[in-house]
Amino acid sequence: MMSLFFILITAPFFVGIILKVKAKFAARKLPSILQPFYDVARLFKKGAIYSTTTSFIFKIAPLVYFVSVLMAALFIPIGSLKGFLSFNADFVYFAYLLAFGKFMMIIAAMDTGSSFEGMGANREALYSMLIEPAFFILIASLALFTDNNSFYGLFLNLHISTNLSYILGLAAIYVLMYIAMIENSRSPIDDAKTHLELTMVHEVMVLDNSGFDLALIHIATWIKFSIYGTLISNFIIQNEWPLALQIGSFFFVQMAFAGVVGLLESFRARNKLEKNPQWIIMLSAIAIVLFLTTLIITQKIILY
Amino acid sequence: MMLRLKNNQSVDLDKLEILAYDAFSSLAIALLTEEANHCAAYFAYKHELGLQFIMAIADDTHHDLIILSHLLKKEDNKTLESLTQSIFALHIFERELHENFGIEFKNHPWQKPVRFPQNGANPNLQINDYPFYTIKSKELHEVGVGPIHAGIIEPGHFRFICNGEKVLHLEIQLGYQHRGVEQLFLDKKQNLQRHLLAENIAGDTVIGHSNVFVKLIESLSDKEFSEQLQIERSLALELERIAIHTGDISALCTDAAYLLGASVFGTLRTLIINFMQFWCGNRFGKSLVRMGGTHFPFTEALKQELRTVLQAFETQFEEMVCLAYRLPSIQNRFDFSGILTKRQAQLLGMVGISARVCDLPRDIRVSHPDFAYQKFTYQTLSLEKGDVFARFLLKKRDIRNSIAWIKTVLDNFEFSETNCEKPNYNLALKPNSFAISLTEAWRGEICHCALTDKAGALKHYKITDPSMHNWKALELSMRSMEISDFPINNKSYNLSYCGHDL
Repeated sequence: MMSLFFILITAPFFVGIILKVKAKFAARKLPSILQPFYDVARLFKKGAIYSTTTSFIFKIAPLVYFVSVLMAALFIPIGSLKGFLSFNADFVYFAYLLAFGKFMMIIAAMDTGSSFEGMGANREALYSMLIEPAFFILIASLALFTDNNSFYGLFLNLHISTNLSYILGLAAIYVLMYIAMIENSRSPIDDAKTHLELTMVHEVMVLDNSGFDLALIHIATWIKFSIYGTLISNFIIQNEWPLALQIGSFFFVQMAFAGVVGLLESFRARNKLEKNPQWIIMLSAIAIVLFLTTLIITQKIILY
Repeated sequence: MMLRLKNNQSVDLDKLEILAYDAFSSLAIALLTEEANHCAAYFAYKHELGLQFIMAIADDTHHDLIILSHLLKKEDNKTLESLTQSIFALHIFERELHENFGIEFKNHPWQKPVRFPQNGANPNLQINDYPFYTIKSKELHEVGVGPIHAGIIEPGHFRFICNGEKVLHLEIQLGYQHRGVEQLFLDKKQNLQRHLLAENIAGDTVIGHSNVFVKLIESLSDKEFSEQLQIERSLALELERIAIHTGDISALCTDAAYLLGASVFGTLRTLIINFMQFWCGNRFGKSLVRMGGTHFPFTEALKQELRTVLQAFETQFEEMVCLAYRLPSIQNRFDFSGILTKRQAQLLGMVGISARVCDLPRDIRVSHPDFAYQKFTYQTLSLEKGDVFARFLLKKRDIRNSIAWIKTVLDNFEFSETNCEKPNYNLALKPNSFAISLTEAWRGEICHCALTDKAGALKHYKITDPSMHNWKALELSMRSMEISDFPINNKSYNLSYCGHDL
């Protein structure tokens, strides 16, 4: 229960911190860190406009998307704080909850019949499909390492004192961070700030959404960021630490994660769209290397 | 024999030999097949006997302009054999003639409307009825972009035919910005009004277009003007080039989502345009260039200020260039995107910086220099690859080159406040004359032509913006590219919508 609370608390500040960091490096001045808050509040006050070509799918999709992301947050533990829900192989449930929400957004985008949104939906589907193995192989190597298969159990047993856990942790943080960037359509595969529809991935899918629906989509993005940030923080938080320290370092990691995303976005250009799949498969490759390393070191397979 | 003119030269209209269309076309084809020649303007005006056609061919080897002409009598059939079949670069000119005067060009491969003026060949045709090229297929899909732009630039419609992400065909429809500028030049009788028109032909080429305009009018008035005046104008032209290229580099960084480059280059542009404001009170140089003189002579104080500004600009520019141009992600984004070959550029009759990246060194400052570039010669640069990165790179090198040229001028020319006359808006123009003027603005060659009647009043005014020559190149460089590469390609050419639409 506590962990869900913390995840939701940190979520709204993510986008604000990213924007603030980017503004800092561009030598610009930005409104307060709460600006995304105000934007969403403004959107909530507005009514949504629906195109006449759309059906009920377009109307329910943002809500389904939002709820699926919110439900996914229920499974995430923080250090020794248990997630709201936890059962065996809950990470599979977690991954497909997110995928279900995304699927709804994709068919809603197709529902508008716009050539732009179809293009965006097509790209989003491709990238989600490619990133799935990276996530599962990564979690599988953790499961192999800790002999556990729920999020809570995985992270609770991660910090046993072999050096492997450091390698595993570092690589996992790297992969998870980029999964988070891809899931949230940030640089280098997408550019959240661009005005060029032809190059957009996620933004072009939600071009037709307005008012309340758009606000839900924005909030879902925040929560997604927060979920991945929490997963990353779990590799750093040691569960034998006192609770106050655990929570303190959780907040620190969340902020640092947002800062790093801002940093990465400031200092590099995005990929060419045709090179994105290649780049995403690279993450799966890292995960596979990690998996094999775990297999060998934990002597689950023995090489002669 | 053929009439050969120097740049900024006027000639009596009677000296212009009127050829029969057969002789005209064989001569034009013979001239334009040579690599060093390209068509700078091809237009018609209403003559008492019918329509007189005038074609200006820029000959880069002999540094002059060949003027050819033919006449279509009123009683003649309004059908001509199309020259586009042999010389593809003429396609846009023939389309324009077809649209303005209803002339049917036989065997023209692409005789479509250009900009939908009121007096079109088919007055019933609306801008929404543009005959787009289509491919009937179940696998392919069409994507239409515009005319309302997602950002803040001008309107144009882009119709892609795609197979998935891959673009098979792109067709660009312009004309939304048509204001009838050429007609306004004739309607407005005062030269000050015409000045304002010239400054607003294309908002990003204020100095370029006004430079051509004043040179054209001054050549028609046949007076000599002080050296300083001419050098000042070229100085302003180079400053405009630096400012716009820097802005372009910034915009390309924005489109590649490279934040640091976007903001630093964006800031650097401000240094230059703020200097323009310091000089003449307008950041884009409006009201700086005036016929017969200037209100804002370039003084020693301005010279000092310019040196400081350029010093500051150069230091920061070089620092940022070191970062941005070596960034792997930028190279990855721009390399091999939108390649245009030299052969294509040649066929399209491209001009300016977009031609120079394809190893086609067309530069009016070198091939048809005016006084300033004769006195202080300019070395033009070209690249071979013809992709977005090449265009990105050449903009940088052009900036360096322009700075070097400005420094040479500052070091070797004495400016004084008393050397310049005040503007004279009442220049008497030579009667019954034809004049042509070309200038290398930042985008490429701008060509203005004017004809005067027996009383010395303007009877026809013709503007050819470099974008006229180059828009087709954007269409071609998108072939079999990814549709998501279109914005950076478009930005790397940065062609003018209103310059084309007039």
